[in-house]
Amino acid sequence: MAVRVQAEDFDVGKELAQLTNGNHAIGGVAVFVGLVRDLAGGSEISAMTLEHYPAMTEKMLAEIEAEATERWPLEASLIIHRFGRLEPGDQIVMVATASAHRQAAFESCEFLMDWLKTKAPFWKLEETDQGAQWVDARDSDDTAAARWVKKDPDAAE
Amino acid sequence: MKLLYFAWLKTKTGMAEEDVALPEDVATVGELLTWLEGRGANFADALSDRGAIRVAVNQSYAKPGDPVGPNDEVALFPPVTGG
Repeated sequence: MAVRVQAEDFDVGKELAQLTNGNHAIGGVAVFVGLVRDLAGGSEISAMTLEHYPAMTEKMLAEIEAEATERWPLEASLIIHRFGRLEPGDQIVMVATASAHRQAAFESCEFLMDWLKTKAPFWKLEETDQGAQWVDARDSDDTAAARWVKKDPDAAE
Repeated sequence: MKLLYFAWLKTKTGMAEEDVALPEDVATVGELLTWLEGRGANFADALSDRGAIRVAVNQSYAKPGDPVGPNDEVALFPPVTGG
């Protein structure tokens, strides 16, 4: 289980080889790689800068990953999130989860991405021809994350 | 108390971080925000939409009723947009 927050780019192939190396209990790996798009809300983006809160980022990502490990039988997992200035086509984020079977790998990968979008303290500043603008959070991301919340049996309806 | 500001909260308040001496009657996150609002036009503007502000106390998300003390690190920021 590993979490990395870095300015540098990453090589998905090398990361996956390292993640699964020598562990023959792994039957499947699910991977999500997020890229910078050149369009947002109709404006063209020349670049974006990702700001983050380093101390909290590492703590949150480690907590999120620990929860995934508790909920699914994972053999290995990796989260890499970049910060700093990125251009369209650049890789921003990578989440990989490895398990004996595909269902746990697929579900936990999606879980990690949904939580990352709504909990990890990163903020995007987009550079457009109308100037730089902070990206607004999307309600659809909250909805996506909410479906993973476990029902609390003690909660009053 | 150490205060940190991120994204547009940093732009609007005009600072990334500061050390403040808490008044004695500030004991919760909600009271802290109310006190900060009274510190000037830039803070009043930055904190005017409470629904758009997230607070972390010692790197964990906190609610308005959660306690804060002089040795805490408190961060104010908008909803996150990473990934």
